[in-house]
Amino acid sequence: MNSTNITKVTTHPTQNEALIFERSQPGRVGYRLPALDVEETPMDELLPAGLRREDELAGMPEVSEVDVIRHFTRISTWNYSIDLGLYPLGSCTMKYNSRLNERVARIVGHAGLHPLATEEDSQGALQVIYELQQHLSEITGLAGVSLQPAAGAHGEMTGVMLIRAFIDARDGEGASAQRRTMLIPDSAHGTNPASAHLSGFNVKTIKSTPEGLTDLQHLRELCARGDIAGLMLTNPNTVGLFERNISEICRIVHEAGGLVYMDGANMNALVGVARPGDMGVDVIHLNLHKTFSTPHGGGGPGCGPCCCTKELEPFLPVPRIVRDDERYRLDFDRPQSIGRVKAFFGNFGMMLRALSYIQTHGPDGLREATEAAVLNARYIAEGLASDYDKPFEAPPMHEVVFTDKRQSRKGVHTLDIAKRLIDYGFHPMTIYFPLIVQGAMLIEPTESVGRQELDQFIEAMRSIAREALETPELVLGAPHTTRIGRLDEAAAARKPVLRWKPVEAASAA
Amino acid sequence: MLQKVGLKSAEELFSSIPSDLLLRAPLKTPAALSEIELLAGFEALGQRNAAARRPSFLGAGAYSHYSPTIVDHLIQRSEFFTAYTPYQPEISQGTLQAIFEFQTLVCQLTGMEVANASMYDGSTALAEAVLMAERVTRRSKVVVSNAVHPEYLEVVNTYVQHAGIDLERFDFDAATGQTAPGALSSLDDKTAAVVIQSPNFFGCVEDVQALADRAHAVGALLVVTVTEAISFGLLRAPGTCGADIVVAEGQSFGIPLSFGGPYLGLFAILERYARQIPGRLVGQAVDKEGRRGFVLTLATREQHIRREKATSNICTNEGLIALAATIYLETMGPRGVREVAVQCAQKAAYAARRIAALEGFTLPFTAPRFNEFVVRAPVEAAGLLARLAGERNITGGLALSRYYPDRPNDFLVCVTETNSRREIDALVDGLNGLIS
Amino acid sequence: MANVPEELHYSKDHEWIRVDGDTGTVGITDHAQDSLGDVVYVELPKAGDSVTAHEAFGSVESVKAVSEIFTPVSGQVIEVNESLQDDPEKVNNDPYGEGWMVRIRMSNPGEVDGLLSAAEYEDFTKAEPE
Repeated sequence: MNSTNITKVTTHPTQNEALIFERSQPGRVGYRLPALDVEETPMDELLPAGLRREDELAGMPEVSEVDVIRHFTRISTWNYSIDLGLYPLGSCTMKYNSRLNERVARIVGHAGLHPLATEEDSQGALQVIYELQQHLSEITGLAGVSLQPAAGAHGEMTGVMLIRAFIDARDGEGASAQRRTMLIPDSAHGTNPASAHLSGFNVKTIKSTPEGLTDLQHLRELCARGDIAGLMLTNPNTVGLFERNISEICRIVHEAGGLVYMDGANMNALVGVARPGDMGVDVIHLNLHKTFSTPHGGGGPGCGPCCCTKELEPFLPVPRIVRDDERYRLDFDRPQSIGRVKAFFGNFGMMLRALSYIQTHGPDGLREATEAAVLNARYIAEGLASDYDKPFEAPPMHEVVFTDKRQSRKGVHTLDIAKRLIDYGFHPMTIYFPLIVQGAMLIEPTESVGRQELDQFIEAMRSIAREALETPELVLGAPHTTRIGRLDEAAAARKPVLRWKPVEAASAA
Repeated sequence: MLQKVGLKSAEELFSSIPSDLLLRAPLKTPAALSEIELLAGFEALGQRNAAARRPSFLGAGAYSHYSPTIVDHLIQRSEFFTAYTPYQPEISQGTLQAIFEFQTLVCQLTGMEVANASMYDGSTALAEAVLMAERVTRRSKVVVSNAVHPEYLEVVNTYVQHAGIDLERFDFDAATGQTAPGALSSLDDKTAAVVIQSPNFFGCVEDVQALADRAHAVGALLVVTVTEAISFGLLRAPGTCGADIVVAEGQSFGIPLSFGGPYLGLFAILERYARQIPGRLVGQAVDKEGRRGFVLTLATREQHIRREKATSNICTNEGLIALAATIYLETMGPRGVREVAVQCAQKAAYAARRIAALEGFTLPFTAPRFNEFVVRAPVEAAGLLARLAGERNITGGLALSRYYPDRPNDFLVCVTETNSRREIDALVDGLNGLIS
Repeated sequence: MANVPEELHYSKDHEWIRVDGDTGTVGITDHAQDSLGDVVYVELPKAGDSVTAHEAFGSVESVKAVSEIFTPVSGQVIEVNESLQDDPEKVNNDPYGEGWMVRIRMSNPGEVDGLLSAAEYEDFTKAEPE
């Protein structure tokens, strides 16, 4: 049989799974509850009619259990995932998510615990939080830790608020009002300026040098103005380079009366090797869903611990989880605290997984993971240097940035290369970030990949580079192997359709 | 591999780090454990969480509901739980379609027009709603009911402390437990929003429409927050009572208690405010062949594009938890969600009736309730509940002294479909036995 | 090559203005719409608002970028192109015609003299790094 004789069957059920609402059949159910076992109160006595809903939840789908199973199993196959292969998203740290950690998080004694149980009744959970705090303090070299923030950006907001509260307390309100400038490099994650803004700071951008590092001269100039509250710095930075002047940077900021916030998104390059606290950093957030392998889950949940120096500790969110001898308790008595940033204690389920990660690795394992992550990035840097433009010469840490400079001469851009990579069986790298690198492709392999697969990835990228020269149209039309092609995002944004509606309602609107 | 990259040792990988910053000794974290040791350790810790295995009547923002087996099964598919945020739509359609369904379900439940792809939890969703109300109205005063969950109020305080927003509180009626529209005396043309919770922290169902009318009369928005999302199955949807922003804690939709997180913030609004909403949105799109697909859309609101001018700093949200809620809601369907809600209300009514009949116990609030209610004991509540736990092995509720020192004898009881009549009767007998 | 009509005046922020007596019609240039990509949303001031030369008065959004729009002259907004709400693609398809954004009654028509001519604007866009 000749391959051109094969045609795709367009009704293929697993490729055409509809929205669940379109599968709904009146009367179908997928659940069963026990019969009500108490005397029934007449509905009108229970709740006045005016407070009750009248629409019977119309529009919600009526389907059977197996309908639901098939629905989600089918659509799940349209996703790429870490378990399928290399997921080299720079700055996202897509490492293996251990199933053991999932099992730990589902232990009934933890998963079934109510957050308002008394201290006496939740000693095990408080111990989990306390121990994880201790380990993260050791890993970062910073004394104070709060696990309350639910994600990296939330930890950032917490950290920046600590800086604000510290300066308010140190300088008094009048003088503090003169310090409302937060310095942020032009290469930073967008969450940095957004978090600074939430804490009432004005953002000033620091330039990067042609080598991809913070411009010290520019930093000194900005610090000389006397209105600096602090600096938010990612280290290794977002182009994957260690800020080797970090001690000097911290000194400059401190001398100007400011504090140094470190975005810990890239801690996977440092765990067991170097500690932010030793560099002079005052406050940092971690992403347990990056460095400590809790699953990304298609966009969350995360956990964004905030770690800080002894001086900043009084300002951490309440309650703090502390130990008195053998007993763990909640400490609300922190008059200088910025307050609570989330109800209850944070994403406890993620803390269990991260603690499990630290305990399964041990100190040597944590360092080895870091070494492997950096080595893998080096290997890719080396392997792609002949085919792609590498804007910074210095050897990268755990991620490496390339550009489309050579390919764009043929009209092939970063987006096209990324889409073509899908045809080779890989998830694309992070694209067009950091913003300071035109046509950036930021590649982070993590430690969870072996040499064979790295070679396959490198070969795929080199093959795409050849295609960009010889058959650019092949790259420009990619991906060719997916269920759907590139979607018209402009049309989607001009006339947004953000929810399903029944056909009659949709056409009437 | 080291050789291939021109290095002799692993130490050389870190040559760009100044040597005085390099750690000289291994971290002082615990030695590596095997799977057997590790599980034994976490099991032992779990045993020290006595409340996890006890019949419980704790609610107050976290609820014990039944979750169909397939919910936890499906969210553990690699394709969902080891995927990233769906930035590459061609290979993320599973996640994107699930979020589109989630957004639709949230709109249906709340009666609103647009819902986002989730926030961290109910408390942070409420804080974001307050910030959004300020953006929409360009007014700076926000009036918040004292019957909102106290931890939510604390989170709102933290979020807005540098945002130039004045928070004012207004009180609830001491007899009914409901927010009294009459207490809204300070509304004026500077008011951005009125914030209420319904059912409120004390379990009382608010007159949402009356409060909406008061807010709208001065051009302010009504923000409604819901901590017990199963109540959507029985109570009038806030969107049909004049709410402009509805936020909720979605944990009730099949999510384990897990000592407070990860949970799920629901955020729903009227369509005309869509460009001011925080967080991610998924929209429908077509490819060149006209095939339907889904993409992240209206992204210019977000931090990775608009930076300090973004509508929020949120990036990672609660994706997998939103998926779990989606699977829960689709499995239960309209009948199931309603039946759970009705059982909660019925069982709570039964429990309230029986407790109220006990010598010495009263129910201080008269307003209609859903599945939570305040009980006033003849003795100090925290001590009574501790004895109930120790002697009868029942967690009887939340002593309100945790948040309200002036209510030493009050405790909040929550009843769900998971509480059998036998448990309720044991609670009643226990309270009675410990007092007499 | 970007289209730069002879009869208009241009700003370095890539806006154009067509002067008719004391009113000016303002939009963004062909060069600007081209570098933005598909325009999906235009945020404009309200009729009656006062604007000051070279200050932002609105924004243009593409799928993945936001650009502020700066008014080349000071004055009062007398009309806004409401049709861009429903059809923002007009900015791409006809930037100097149907894609116009606001009409301004100029408070200081002399400001126009400080703007670029078509030839000057063309040189300016060529000199600007990509």
